Amino acid sequence: MDINNIPQTLPRFSATFDPATLAEIRRAAATGIYDIRGGGTKRKLPHFDDLLFLGASMSRYPLEGYREKCGTDVWLGTRFAKKPIHLKTPVTIAGMSFGALSGQAKEALGRGATIAGTSTTTGDGGMTPEERGQSQTLVYQYLPSRYGMNPDDLRKADAIEVVVGQGAKPGGGGMLLGQKISDRVAEMRTLPKGIDQRSACRHPDWTGPDDLEIKIEELREITDWEKPIYVKVGATRPYYDVALAVKAGADVVVLDGMQGGTAATQEVFIEHVGIPTLAAIRPAVQALQDLGMHRKVQLIVSGGIRNGADVAKALALGADAVAIGTAALVALGDNDPALEAEYRKLGSTAGAYDDWHEGKDPAGITTQDPLLAARLDPVAAGRRLANYLAVLTLEAQTIARACGKSHLHNLEPEDLVALTIEAAAMARVPLAGTGWIPGMAGGM
Amino acid sequence: MTTLDLSTATRRDLNGALHALPKDAPTADWTVLHPEGQHALAAGVNAPVTVTIKGHAGYYCAGMNQQATIIIEGNAGVGVAENMMSGTVHVKGDASQAAGATAHGGLLVIDGNASARCGISMKGVDIVVKGSIGPMSAFMAQSGRLVVLGDAGDALGDSIYETHIYVRGSVKSLGADCVAKEMRAEHLAELAELLAAAGVDARPEEFSRYGSGRTLYNFHVDNAGAY
Repeated sequence: MDINNIPQTLPRFSATFDPATLAEIRRAAATGIYDIRGGGTKRKLPHFDDLLFLGASMSRYPLEGYREKCGTDVWLGTRFAKKPIHLKTPVTIAGMSFGALSGQAKEALGRGATIAGTSTTTGDGGMTPEERGQSQTLVYQYLPSRYGMNPDDLRKADAIEVVVGQGAKPGGGGMLLGQKISDRVAEMRTLPKGIDQRSACRHPDWTGPDDLEIKIEELREITDWEKPIYVKVGATRPYYDVALAVKAGADVVVLDGMQGGTAATQEVFIEHVGIPTLAAIRPAVQALQDLGMHRKVQLIVSGGIRNGADVAKALALGADAVAIGTAALVALGDNDPALEAEYRKLGSTAGAYDDWHEGKDPAGITTQDPLLAARLDPVAAGRRLANYLAVLTLEAQTIARACGKSHLHNLEPEDLVALTIEAAAMARVPLAGTGWIPGMAGGM
Repeated sequence: MTTLDLSTATRRDLNGALHALPKDAPTADWTVLHPEGQHALAAGVNAPVTVTIKGHAGYYCAGMNQQATIIIEGNAGVGVAENMMSGTVHVKGDASQAAGATAHGGLLVIDGNASARCGISMKGVDIVVKGSIGPMSAFMAQSGRLVVLGDAGDALGDSIYETHIYVRGSVKSLGADCVAKEMRAEHLAELAELLAAAGVDARPEEFSRYGSGRTLYNFHVDNAGAY
C-alpha cells in the first residue's frame, strides 16, 4: 500500500452544526448579545406552495376570463362600526412604523395602496401627516408602547387595530435601536435621541380579554362608534385567540403567521416562536364558524403572502382579506439586486439583507438616514407597489375564475388539495389524489 | 349648568354630547349623576368644560382627555385619564391600576391612593397622588412628573426614561435603572409648583427624588442581567 496515496475522506459539514450555526456561535461568543435582524422566519415551512387548486372541469364550470365578472372587493368592520371599510382588493398593507421605515417609504406605501384601492396601516410610533395625506384608507395601530398615540390621530383614522402580537414575535415587544432614533422619531415617541427604544409586550392598561372588551368599548366611545376595531394577534393558539378577540368585541381579527416580518427582533424569537401561516388559518376560521361569526367578523391573514395564488389560497381557507408587509417592501425596492455592490459592503447580498435595525439600508426604506432615505422616490415606488397589488389581484381572480367563482370570497377549501401530508393536516384539505385529510375523521 | 342622569340616559348620550361641545369656547359646567361605576365615562372629551361625576367611575374614565377638567367625586377604575393630552382630572377617592397610563400632558390629581402601575409609560403628564401608590408604578415612564405624598410600592420606576419622581414617604424598592437623585434647587421649585397646582400643603424639602440611572439606554452586555 502506498501510504502517500490513501484515499482521503472529504471535509464534511455537520447538519446540526452547519456553517451558519458555527458562525452564530462565534458571533455570540465575541459580542455577548443575541443576534437581531429584520424580516420573518427564513426556515423552510409548510406553506401555500404545498396546496394546489382543483380547476373546473366536468363537474364544475369555469368562468370566462375577461368576460365574466369575478368580484374582488371586501367590506371590513361590518359588525359594530358605523363606518365599515370598503376595499377594491382584499390585499391590504400590514402595519409598519415610521421609525422602522423612512418617511418616504411610508408615503410610498400610502400612495401605492391608494391607487390600488386598499388600506395601509401605521405602526409603533404614531401617524405621520405624509402617511395620512397619501393614504385614502388608513388603519391606526394601537400598540402596547402607545408611542405617539394621539386621540386626534385616532379620530383621523379609518379603522383602529389593537395590536396584541405579531407573527414574527408573538409575546414580544418592539425594538428600535438607537441608530434609528432620529430627532423626528425621538420627538414622536417622547424619547431621548439615540437611545435603544424598547416597546412593552403588554398593554399598560388592560390585561386579558375581559379588560380588552372594556378597552374596545372605550375606543368606540372616543370615536363615536364610527371606526372598525381590528385585533391583531401573532399565530400561536389561533382557535382560542380568535374566539377571545371576537368575545372582546373585535370587528376584524388580523392573524399574522410566523413568516410575517418585523423591523428588528431577536433571531431566536423569529425562528422559534409562533406557528406557520398555513397552520393558523383553519383553526381561526373554525373559531369564527363555531361562534357563528364567519364573514361577520372579518379575518385578515398575513405572513408570507407573495403572489395571487397565496391570496386565493388564504381566501379559500376562509380568510376575508390578506395583508402584505415584506412583499410590499420588495415592491418598493428592498433587496434590489441593482444595489448588490452596496449590500456587499454591508456584509450581505441582495435578497438576504435583513439588518434593517442598523438603519443603513441602501434602498432608503428601512432607514432614518436622510441621505439614504432620499434615494427612494415615493411616487415611483408607490407606482411599483400599485402595480404589484394589481398583479396579486389579477392572479387571484384568474384562479377564482378557473374554479368557477364569481367572487374571490366564493373560493372554499373544497377547491384545494395538498401536496404533502403536513400541509393536508394543517390546511384540512385532502392529500392530492386521495380523500384523506390527516387528523380528520372520515374522508372519501 | 347641564345635568345628565345616567340612571335614565346612556353613556353614549353623555359622551356624544360632550364630544359635540365646541373645542375653542368655554362651556357651562356639566354634572353627571348616578355613574354607578360605568366604564369610559367622559372619555375622549376635547373641550374647555368642567365635568363633575357624582360617584364612582369604572375603567378609563376621562380617557384621552383634552382640555377638560373632569372631577370624579368617588373612586376611579383602571386607567383613569389614560393617554390624557391636556386638561385636569381630579379623583376625590382612590384610583385603581394604571392611573394616568401613557398620558402625554395635563394634570392628574388623586386624593386617595393609586394602585399598581400608576403612571405606567407616562409621556409628559403630571400626576400628584396624595396617598400611596402600588407596585410597578412609573414603569417605562418617559416624561412628566409623578409626585407621591405617601409611600411607593415595589419596583418603582422600572426601566424609567426621563420622568421625574418625587416621593415623600418610603419606597419599598426601586426597579431596574431607577435611582435616588439629588434634590437640587430647580427640583424643589418644580415640586413646589406641582404641589400648588394640586392644592397640596406640603414642603418640597420633605420629598426624595428618583429618576433614570441611564445605564440601560443603550445595550451593554454587562447590564444583561437587568433586562
